[in-house]
Amino acid sequence: MSFILRRLAFYVGAAWVALTLNFLIPRAMPGNAVQSIMAKFPNLQPAAYRALEAMLGVGHPGSLWHQYVSYLGDVFRLNFGTDVLEFPAQVSTLLAETIPWTLILVGTATVMAFAIGTGLGIIAGWRHGGWLDRLLPGLMFFQAVPYFFLALIMIEVLAVRANIFPIGQGYGEGVVPGWNAPFIGSAIYHSLLPAFTIVITSMAGWMLQMRNVMITTIGEDYVVAAQAKGLRPSRVVLTYAARNAILPQLQGFGLALGFVVSGAIIMEIVFSYPGIGLLLLNAVNAKDYPLMQAIFLVITFAVLISNLILDFVIVAFDPRARTKEAV
Amino acid sequence: MSSQNWSAGSGPVLDISDLSIVYAAEAGDVRAVSKVSLALNAGEVVGLVGESGSGKSTLAYGACRLLRSPALITGGAVRYQGRRAAEPTDILRLHADELRQLRWREIAIVFQSAMNALNPVLNVKDQILDAVNAHLRMSKTEALDKTSTLLDLVGIPRSRLRSYPHELSGGMRQRIMIAMALAADPEIVIMDEPTTALDVVVQRDILAQIVELKETLGFSILFITHDLSLLLEMADRIAVMYAGQLLEVGTAAEIKREPAHPYTRGLLRSFPSLHGPRRDLAGIPGSPPDLRMATAGCPFLPRCQFGTAACERIDMTLAKVASSADPAHVTACPFVLPDTPEPGKTHSAAADFAEQPDREVSSA
Amino acid sequence: MTAAPPLVAEVPVLTVRPARGGRWQRLPLKAKAGAVLLGIFALAGIFGPLVSPYDPSFQSPSLSLSMHAPYGAHWLGTTQSGQDVFSQLLFGIRLTLELAVVVGAIATALSVIVGVTAAFLGGLWDDLLSLTSNVFLVIPSLPLLILLLGYLPQQGQTPTIIVLAALGWPWGARVIRAQTLAIRNRDFVAASRETGERTWRIIAFEIVPNEVSLIAASFVNTVLYAIGASVALAFIGLADLNSWSLGTILYWAQSQQALTLGAWWWFVPPGIAVALIGTGLVLLNTGIDELGNPRLRDARASRSARPADPTPVWQQETPPRGPLTRLAASFSRSALLSEQRERP
Repeated sequence: MSFILRRLAFYVGAAWVALTLNFLIPRAMPGNAVQSIMAKFPNLQPAAYRALEAMLGVGHPGSLWHQYVSYLGDVFRLNFGTDVLEFPAQVSTLLAETIPWTLILVGTATVMAFAIGTGLGIIAGWRHGGWLDRLLPGLMFFQAVPYFFLALIMIEVLAVRANIFPIGQGYGEGVVPGWNAPFIGSAIYHSLLPAFTIVITSMAGWMLQMRNVMITTIGEDYVVAAQAKGLRPSRVVLTYAARNAILPQLQGFGLALGFVVSGAIIMEIVFSYPGIGLLLLNAVNAKDYPLMQAIFLVITFAVLISNLILDFVIVAFDPRARTKEAV
Repeated sequence: MSSQNWSAGSGPVLDISDLSIVYAAEAGDVRAVSKVSLALNAGEVVGLVGESGSGKSTLAYGACRLLRSPALITGGAVRYQGRRAAEPTDILRLHADELRQLRWREIAIVFQSAMNALNPVLNVKDQILDAVNAHLRMSKTEALDKTSTLLDLVGIPRSRLRSYPHELSGGMRQRIMIAMALAADPEIVIMDEPTTALDVVVQRDILAQIVELKETLGFSILFITHDLSLLLEMADRIAVMYAGQLLEVGTAAEIKREPAHPYTRGLLRSFPSLHGPRRDLAGIPGSPPDLRMATAGCPFLPRCQFGTAACERIDMTLAKVASSADPAHVTACPFVLPDTPEPGKTHSAAADFAEQPDREVSSA
Repeated sequence: MTAAPPLVAEVPVLTVRPARGGRWQRLPLKAKAGAVLLGIFALAGIFGPLVSPYDPSFQSPSLSLSMHAPYGAHWLGTTQSGQDVFSQLLFGIRLTLELAVVVGAIATALSVIVGVTAAFLGGLWDDLLSLTSNVFLVIPSLPLLILLLGYLPQQGQTPTIIVLAALGWPWGARVIRAQTLAIRNRDFVAASRETGERTWRIIAFEIVPNEVSLIAASFVNTVLYAIGASVALAFIGLADLNSWSLGTILYWAQSQQALTLGAWWWFVPPGIAVALIGTGLVLLNTGIDELGNPRLRDARASRSARPADPTPVWQQETPPRGPLTRLAASFSRSALLSEQRERP
């Protein structure tokens, strides 16, 4: 398990870098964030002002080191300060309300896109030169379309014009959030179109990558050996070719996760989906710095944790990872 | 080394005749194997020797139809006649499903590099089981038993069944490759430079083991290597391949005593014998021809110290070596060469060689 | 994955192809398609603003020209305030490409510097630089970009360029480091080191020239990233909204409810433009990949030429039945080969 331990140490290090960046950015940037917030919200209460000072380090309450220590303490206690927009709501409360939505939608859709794309990539690589290869230029176009753009077109065509899907929001009007059937049904119904959009935009990339790795893997001796052994084609493809080709694919998934998740989060905005993306947009528009910072941390941590989970998957797939040095 | 009966009696277990293989390429087809005929008799060890790029592996893999696009078999036949089959089958006429049943069950392969030929993510047991289950109808426990027995056969402890390839030494991996090749009791085992990647001591152990297994189990071996001296020790017959064509075929003893083709002689001088006194390594100057060009006559001509104008027109059919008593010793070179070719001595054929300055143009 | 030598490597001549036709002719089809697509947009970006029919910011005073559908005078219609969408698009392509190319150049330069330095210095420096690249690879860049840009004043392109370039180098650095390590150990570099060649000379004359295609691929990838990120950032309002880039056009179209009001001509063209530029870049990169790894090329061949099938046997080809099957079969490799052979 030394592989996992090394990876864990790496993620802890990466988390520390993210935390420290988050601490330094407001203190290093030109301009006075608190002043700009004050200008925007002249009626801000003194308590909120002090909260901002502590979070953003303006007004120099104590030495930089002291600020840093108390900042780390706050983050560990999940205390991200008070929100400016909806004062005196706690930032952590706002996050808690939005994270589940994003986690379910973006998480499910990203994993689905990866699974479908990888599956198609296996077929395209094995049947190199087949009909799937002919779809590649079209798929590249989908890969290059901005998520949010495609999302808007989808809404216009499938929701507004065809009226198949709801136009946006996380659940229908008049439905009471909670663990009841109408709410869950409505939530699933509302998540279909955003999920579909995430899947078709990010699927192509996985397919293309898996296809290329498959083509290289098929040239390996052990695949030729599997064929020489007279194994069924399905066994050769899955256990010999794909089983090996998926390892770089999984590593690529981990590295691209940050990008894919960010894109999907931007897409929430278009669907007015009550997740963390919409919260981020509101924070940006209102220059709500504490909230922006907290969201950055949340997304970063989510990606780091997903990567750790992915490492367990890699270890399960690759016997060499159990002894191999960390990346 | 009893191979006098190879052309008579029950017939060969594998009979490759006039096999031609090209690699299609934009810049012109590469004629990797041209009209090669070679037979392998039951229980025999045939060595196929040549430089890298001579087409010896292409010939073997092509005969099993394991070559990938852009390889294309353009002619010939590969007849297989095993003890278990009533009728001979032409491998080139089999459909994918029939071919799958024949592979490994009848013809197994020991790959050059076991590191690359073993699936890195499957353990030893699963990889051997795959081969067993694909061809033998056995219960789970029987198959597992068979797998363990195979490891015993090559002298690997059963505890290694759960190991992955990266956890094994090079010699162990090669032994497992051999065990795997024997999983379905094949009639023929093609060995593609099985010991090239190993150090000399391990190499000798494994070769001894191969010979022993062959004696006990009675399969035939097509042994591919660039090491002629190794073949002289372990092969019954030797086929010398160059630029996709056979230049000489004969028993190991004949090849050793009376190499007929200049190229064979060159090879014999290129390698030190494993036993016996060390000799100077006399490499053959020059490099193999470009196989995209259609060559007339002998492909070895540009590098041959005995080349004559007539060599441009010979048709490369294998004919009995005139000076040999053995009718099975055949060569493509129709000329009787002097016994001990020394670089300094000028032979009449070499004089012709000097008078032909445009010789290379016609072969290109 | 260390690739095992494929079986075809038995025939070394296969990999050496004589220079037939110009460089352009030997490029993979995908690279050509990508280059043409990008060329069109580059021309539009360079010359578009010079020939654009209107000032993109000019607001037509005529109320009837608010969100007018495309017609002769306005090829792509008008915006809410009567601006010409086509002119905006031409200016937008220029600004977006400009930004992406500058970001691509800076970030790629950083990648090369970090990657080569790490591979060359080795030891602690290598560990440190590699760790830094890996950390910045795993931290999601878009939220960090948003955070950084949120604090910076939005005037002109400079803040966006700086931030995108500052976060765009790790991927390239990782790839270039790996390649440099591989080249560093080759004979000719080792020879230069033995003869006492200065390190910077080795880097400039031995290493970098051997990494041109990798650096090109890294540049193309970074440009792709810069376009995607800058458009997304502009779309959520983190850009100089007074300038015309593809992202800001989309921002205004979205904030004025262009689609809901049926003004597709305002929203769709900039999005398609982004997608086509992106497609061009992806095609170009795939082409570069295929140049280095010919196996990835589309096998334009019949069913029997697929990688995993048994080696086809030419002589056995059964004559195709219908005229359609015959036509289809005429594209197959074996049919082509037999044609070649029949020709004297």
